[in-house]
Amino acid sequence: MSGLVMPAPKADVLARRARIVADLRAIVPGEGVIDAEAEMRPFESDGVTAYRQLPLVVVLPSTTEQVSKVLAYAHANGIPVVPRGAGTSLSGGALPLEDGILLGMGKFNRILDIDFENRTVVAQPGVTNLGITTAVAHEGFYYAPDPSSQIACTIGGNVGENSGGVHCLKYGLTTNNVLGVEMVLISGEVIRLGGKHLDSGGLDLLGLIVGSEGLLGVVTEVTVRILKKPETARAVLVGFPSSEAAGACVAAIIAAGIIPGGMEMMDKMMVHAAEAFLGAGYPLDVEALLIVELDGPEAEVNHLIERVAEIAGTLGCLTLRASTSEEERVAFWAGRKAAFPAVGRISPDYLCMDGTIPRKALPLVLKRMEEMSEKYGLRCGNVFHAGDGNLHPLICYDANQPGQLEKAEAFGADILLLCVEVGGVLTGEHGVGVEKRDLMPSMFNEIDLAHQQRLKCAFDPDALLNPGKVFPVLHRCAELGRMHVSGGKLPFPDLPRF
Amino acid sequence: MSERLCPRDEADVVEAVRWAVSNGRTLDVAGSGSKAGLGRHIQTDATLELSGLSGVTLYEPEELVLSAKAGTQVAEIEALVAASKQMLAFEPMDFGPLLGLAPGGGTLGGLMACNLAGPRRPSAGAARDHALGIRAVSGRAEAFKAGGRVVKNVTGYDLPRGLAGSYGTLAAFTELTIKVLPRPETVETLLLLGLDPAAAAAAMSAAVGSYYDVSGAAHVPEAVAAAIAAVAGAGTAVTALRLEGVQPSIRHRRGKLEAMLRTHGTLSFLDADASRGFWQAVRDVTPFAVPLPPALPDPALMAGLDPATQSEAVLRPQGLGPRVKPGDEGAHLENHPALWRISVAPMAGPSVGAALREIGARCLYDWAGGLVWAEMPGAEPQTAAVRAAVAAAGGGHATLIRASAAARAAEEVFQPLDPITGALIARMKNGFDPGRVLSPGRIYAGV
Ligand SMILES: Cc1cc2nc3c(=O)[nH]c(=O)nc-3n(C[C@H](O)[C@H](O)[C@@H](O)COP(=O)(O)OP(=O)(O)OC[C@H]3O[C@@H](n4cnc5c(N)ncnc54)[C@H](O)[C@@H]3O)c2cc1C
Ligand SMILES: Cc1cc2nc3c(=O)[nH]c(=O)nc-3n(C[C@H](O)[C@H](O)[C@H](O)COP(=O)(O)OP(=O)(O)OC[C@H]3O[C@@H](n4cnc5c(N)ncnc54)[C@H](O)[C@@H]3O)c2cc1C
Repeated sequence: MSGLVMPAPKADVLARRARIVADLRAIVPGEGVIDAEAEMRPFESDGVTAYRQLPLVVVLPSTTEQVSKVLAYAHANGIPVVPRGAGTSLSGGALPLEDGILLGMGKFNRILDIDFENRTVVAQPGVTNLGITTAVAHEGFYYAPDPSSQIACTIGGNVGENSGGVHCLKYGLTTNNVLGVEMVLISGEVIRLGGKHLDSGGLDLLGLIVGSEGLLGVVTEVTVRILKKPETARAVLVGFPSSEAAGACVAAIIAAGIIPGGMEMMDKMMVHAAEAFLGAGYPLDVEALLIVELDGPEAEVNHLIERVAEIAGTLGCLTLRASTSEEERVAFWAGRKAAFPAVGRISPDYLCMDGTIPRKALPLVLKRMEEMSEKYGLRCGNVFHAGDGNLHPLICYDANQPGQLEKAEAFGADILLLCVEVGGVLTGEHGVGVEKRDLMPSMFNEIDLAHQQRLKCAFDPDALLNPGKVFPVLHRCAELGRMHVSGGKLPFPDLPRF
Repeated sequence: MSERLCPRDEADVVEAVRWAVSNGRTLDVAGSGSKAGLGRHIQTDATLELSGLSGVTLYEPEELVLSAKAGTQVAEIEALVAASKQMLAFEPMDFGPLLGLAPGGGTLGGLMACNLAGPRRPSAGAARDHALGIRAVSGRAEAFKAGGRVVKNVTGYDLPRGLAGSYGTLAAFTELTIKVLPRPETVETLLLLGLDPAAAAAAMSAAVGSYYDVSGAAHVPEAVAAAIAAVAGAGTAVTALRLEGVQPSIRHRRGKLEAMLRTHGTLSFLDADASRGFWQAVRDVTPFAVPLPPALPDPALMAGLDPATQSEAVLRPQGLGPRVKPGDEGAHLENHPALWRISVAPMAGPSVGAALREIGARCLYDWAGGLVWAEMPGAEPQTAAVRAAVAAAGGGHATLIRASAAARAAEEVFQPLDPITGALIARMKNGFDPGRVLSPGRIYAGV
């Protein structure tokens, strides 16, 4: 792996490996504990394949009680634990540690309760994102957040990363759609938060747990809300002579009070790559392509499609096609959804970045990315969740060319720093993991990070859950707990205090 | 009388907390106290009033984002975004009427600290779902930030969301960034008349689970409906389904819903104006409002008084209506009926209501049945009965919204926690506010 420094493995843990494996076998019987190198290989990386590490041991529990015992054991023996769902993380969140237990949640694959009247599903964390939708589709319902990886990624991993999808501008991210969790703390204690009801009355711990990247506890059950599938969905495909014009169109649609179900932008390189890959029928003579999907009751969709077409027309679009059938709508999306494999065909390797920017900064960011592309000598295509400003630059490189991975990584880091510079953030939906860990100080100062870590300390005082992720430096909790406050004059005496 | 600290900016807030920490004093973190009668009753050495940190610092309608200092009045923000045809989609309620205060008070910080949400909660989310970024001062006398100003962000823990609902116990917000959304062009309400709560919950479940985008579903029993002007004339219980959006869409959806619900009961309808009045009444629970207390002397009259005399009354900014004496927050609520806000699974609402009706409570149901407002027959909160009803309904949470200060000091106002979660929250308090200076005990005793 390139340049990534992980916490030094604990020599005493490595030395006790045989003992630890035997103890874990007493908790999770049979095939639930894997220690043979060949069988651990499939777990050595997640979606960021540039980073690989064999874990100390893989444990695949199937009950909450086993999870609880494994964590209590790890806690008592100072052994790190890395939770893993399907391992599709694009930030290295599920990257194993040499001295750590890789806790695979794949056996938690049952849906426990479907309640159409209250519009909720209770699922174990290893159920796939699409699995939830599939289980309720016969009644016309679905689970709204739809990451492109939805056939593979798990609801537990979605909670870990607070994942989004193309529909999250209108329907929210994972956090807006999760109602409750059961979670095991590193002590082995089990907590239940939320349920089929809304909100918590007091402190919103659930809101902290979603997106915590496996650093606060292991989720063993998730309650989500489900929605009725929209009656109709139609998409318009709009080509523009420049990304500025496309960006202006996105802003104008939102300013007109329209929140589309999905609003995606692709740049010229991606349009061409997608077209070459599967002939989606995209116009090739445009600099930027927008897919705007309106969903809801039929009368509303038809009305809004007209308004979107009007807006696009006044902003000088070159081409505009509205889908007239479900097949056509699906075809419009097919190219966008195949963006990754399409790039895979034109480049041996690529890095997928994930920054968010205020949308108005788009022209500037695209221009600067072009300059970077020249500087690094690497091509870069862009797909973009245009509605919410979430950029996915795809940096093409060849891992077999010495130095290219490092160059691609440096290019990626420059893009993310640029996102922060223009008022945006390092990651919109993929998480910090190890990939953006060392960039955190560009967004947060020491005090900001220390406050986040104090939260970590409340859950996991010995930093055993997923260490080496998210935080560039993990301070000891005892050190963070101390308070140095001096002073104590009555504040601002010049002010009336009644 | 306790000290009042009125910081002008974030640096002042840091100073105030530093003073409290190093002198072992406690602070009541307040927007300016419109919900002082809310939560556990606490005694602090001083009040940290953040209403001086005021003003919208960023508003970009096309980016759907707004930032404002924490003490900015919610009413000011709502007026500003309304001018760009936008709204706070979570429909924050105004606690004024319930707590015997003039309507229209309340700050952005207070709204977020209480995680408010109105009838649109099931479809649009609560305040937490619209929190994008914060600046705040923790009980360590340190200013920090979290989140950002874009609508999609997973960089670091989601502290903006996690601190929603913290009632000032972990940090004092100094500035917040929230997501705003387009305001629907128009609104209509379909009514079903004469249903009992169970039949209403079934009808609301069918409607909310339909294709027709119902953005509010409430049931108001007959005796309660009489107190809401828009539906008083019905003379019976009303079950209301709100449709918002563009006119062609509303027309279409209303037709479909009418066809679907015809068998559930007699149909009626509220136009845009009547709908707005009705949903505001549901949002603010005006049928259970209490009258404003007698006004204290006008600030203008007191301007000439010397400070010692002034401290007997509180000077309020102009236009805020009647004032409450310091230390008396909630005192005027002493003899009014106790009021609970109960969140359960939507279909469980009627069973909670039935159990509470047996002890004489009156109920109003929002969130398709999932939010039950229960007004007790007297000032006695009858906590045990309420908690039992929630447990029997499959769990949820009940919060005592209105009761005498004595009752709020004696009872668990919020849903009691299991010991493990309680210990976890105490550890969070240790991390953010080790000296326990920020509104200690406001949510949970000792925290
Ligand atoms: C003595 C007194 C008299 C009043 N008289 C009147 C009156 O006559 N008429 C009238 O309309 N209103 C009156 N008010 C209410 C007040 O003027 C406003 O209505 C209102 O702006 C108050 O605050 P709030 O709703 O934001 O939250 P508050 O009620 O101040 O607070 C609600 C909760 O949020 C927390 N909180 C608030 N702000 C923050 C923050 N920035 N960071 C973290 N936590 C926070 C608090 O700790 C508390 O737990 C009075 C208030 C007081 C204290
Ligand atoms: C082709 C492709 C397309 C993608 N498209 C999108 C997209 O559109 N939107 C998007 O947001 N993401 C996308 N992703 C990223 C990824 O799919 C998501 O982050 C997903 O949520 C990860 O789920 P997983 O089950 O694979 O989790 P993993 O990768 O196994 O784990 C992710 C994180 O969650 C933690 N975790 C996993 N399970 C648990 C648990 N039970 N308890 C506690 N912590 C746990 C892990 O420790 C890790 O930190 C894509 C990935 C790929 C490969």
